[in-house]
Amino acid sequence: MLEVNSLSAYYGLFQALFDVDLRVEEGECISLIGANGAGKTTLMRALVGALKVDSASVLFEGQPVGGQSERQQLARGVTLVPEGRRLFPSLTVRENIELAQHHGRPGKWDAELLFQELPALAEVQNRMSTELSGGQQQLVAISRALVTNPRLLLCDEISLGLSPYAVDEVYRLLNRARKDGMSVVLVEQNVQRALAEADRFYCIQKGRVVLDGPAADADHHAVANAYFGV
Amino acid sequence: MARPLMLTIMRLLTPTLEFDMLVFIETLINGLLLGALYALFGMGLSLSLGVMRMINIAHGDFIVLGAYLSSVIVMSTDLGPLASLLLLLPLMFVIGWLLQVVLFNRVVGRDPLSPLLLTFGLSIVIQNLLQEGFSADTRSLPAGDLALQGVELGGMSIGVLPLISAAISIAVFWFINRLIHRSPVGAAVRAVADDQETARLVGVNDKRLFAYMTGLILVTVGIASVLYGMRTPFSPASGPERLIFSFEAVVLGGLGNLWGTFIGGLIIGVSQLFGARIDTGLGPFFGHLVFLLALIARPQGLFKGGKS
Ligand SMILES: Nc1ncnc2c1ncn2[C@@H]1O[C@H](COP(=O)(O)OP(=O)(O)O)[C@@H](O)[C@H]1O
Ligand SMILES: [Mg+2]
Repeated sequence: MLEVNSLSAYYGLFQALFDVDLRVEEGECISLIGANGAGKTTLMRALVGALKVDSASVLFEGQPVGGQSERQQLARGVTLVPEGRRLFPSLTVRENIELAQHHGRPGKWDAELLFQELPALAEVQNRMSTELSGGQQQLVAISRALVTNPRLLLCDEISLGLSPYAVDEVYRLLNRARKDGMSVVLVEQNVQRALAEADRFYCIQKGRVVLDGPAADADHHAVANAYFGV
Repeated sequence: MARPLMLTIMRLLTPTLEFDMLVFIETLINGLLLGALYALFGMGLSLSLGVMRMINIAHGDFIVLGAYLSSVIVMSTDLGPLASLLLLLPLMFVIGWLLQVVLFNRVVGRDPLSPLLLTFGLSIVIQNLLQEGFSADTRSLPAGDLALQGVELGGMSIGVLPLISAAISIAVFWFINRLIHRSPVGAAVRAVADDQETARLVGVNDKRLFAYMTGLILVTVGIASVLYGMRTPFSPASGPERLIFSFEAVVLGGLGNLWGTFIGGLIIGVSQLFGARIDTGLGPFFGHLVFLLALIARPQGLFKGGKS
C-alpha cells in the first residue's frame, strides 16, 4: 500500500532523514522505534505532506505522491495524529472533530459514531478541548483523525504523558478502528507496547533505518541496541 | 457620595469650560458614535492580525481607496453614497481576494517582517495612484440632507448620520462575530488562527481561506470607507491617519479580540472628542495620549484573554 524508497528529508540545510526504506501493507500495523531526535516525527510529517520530499521517494499504491500537500494525502487516506495532540483550543470538542470530518473522506467514521463509541467524550462534546484531561484530549485527537476515514493512520506518541488506564483506552479505540482493515504506523516510546501492538517494526537511529523485522520475533536485545545506539 | 466624585472628575475633564452636564453627555454620546466608526476601521486590521498574523500597513489607504471608489460610483451613476455600497462591496471583495492570492499569500506565515514591508510598499503605491487619478485635493461623499438632520434628545442634538453609522458598525461587528463563532467556516477560521500547521493537517485549505478572509476584510473596509467619506473630507494622503486610529482601537482592545476592538474604538472616539472640547486641535492628540496611557497600564490590551 505504502512504499518509501530512499527517502531523505531536510530542515533547511540540516538533513534529518537519510535514504529511509519502508513499506506498509494493507491492514498492517508497523512501529517506528527510536530515541528522541531519531527522525520518527520527521518521517511521519513527510508522509502526510507537511514536509516537502522527492516525489518518487513515497509511493502510495504504486503512485509517486511524495511532496504533495496535506490535503492531497488526506484525500488519498493518509492521516496523522500529531505529536502533542495539537487540538484547536478555540474550538469545542465537537467542532474539532467536525472540522476534520468536513475536510476528510466520506466513510463509516463520523462524529456521531465516535460519540457512541466513547460516551465519556459525548458528555463533554460542547466543552473547549483545553478543559479535558490528557487522556480525553488524546481520544479527541485520534477521533479527529478517524473521522477523515483514513486508510493509513499515522500515530505520533499517542500515549505520551497518559495514565496506564488512559493508554489502554487510547489503544482500545485504535484497535477498534483497525478491525475494518485500516493500516497503522505507530510511534510509541514504550518499546514493549510498540512491539506488542505491531506486526512489524523499524528501528530508526539518527535518521537511518538500522534494524527492521517482524515484531513477534524481535530480538529485544538488538532492538535496545538499535534504540540506544550502542 | 458617588455624585460629588463624578462631578469632580467631570470638572477635571473639562477644565476650561464651565461645567455643563448637557455638554458632557453630548460629547460622550458623540464620542461613542465616532468611536463606533473607528471600531469599524479597526475590524479589518483585527481580523488580519488575529487570523493571518499579518499587519496590513496599507489598511488606512484601503479605507481611502474605498471612499474614492464610492465617489466615482456616485458621480457616474445616480446612486447616493449609501446605495453605492451595492457596487462597492462586491468590488472590494474581489480586490481583497486578488490581493491575497497574488501578493499576500506569498508572504504570510513566514517571518512577520515580510508582510510589513510588502504592505508598506503597497501603501505608498496606493497613495501615489490616488494622487495621479484624483489629484491631491480633498473631496467628500455627498451626504445630502442626512448630514444636517439631527435628533433632539432632552436639549441635545445628535446627528442622524453618526447614529446610522454607529448602528451599521454594531451590525457588522455582530454579524462577523457570529460568522466566526457560530458557523462551520468560522470554525475553520478559528482553527487556522490557533494553529495553521495542524489546520492544514485536518484538510483546511488555509491559503484559500485567507483569500476569502481578505475579501471579507475589504468588505468591512468598504462599509467604513463610505461612512467615513460622508462625514469627513478625505485626500490621497489621509490613509496613514486612518491606519493609526484603527491600530489604536485594535491594540487597546487586545490583539485578536473582536469586541475588544469595538470597545477600543469607542475609547479612542470619546477621548478625541473630549480632547477637542479642551482645544479644537487637540482631538487626535488626546486619543493618542489615552492610547499610550492605557498601553502603559495594560500592555496586553484592555480585554486580553478573551477569545478571538
Ligand atoms: N522544525 C525543525 N527544524 C529544524 N530541525 C528540526 C525540526 N524538527 C526536528 N528537527 C531535527 O530533526 C531531527 C529529527 O527530529 P524528529 O523527527 O522530531 O525526531 P523524533 O520524532 O524521532 O524525536 C532532530 O535532530 C531534530 O532536532
Ligand atoms: Mg517525535
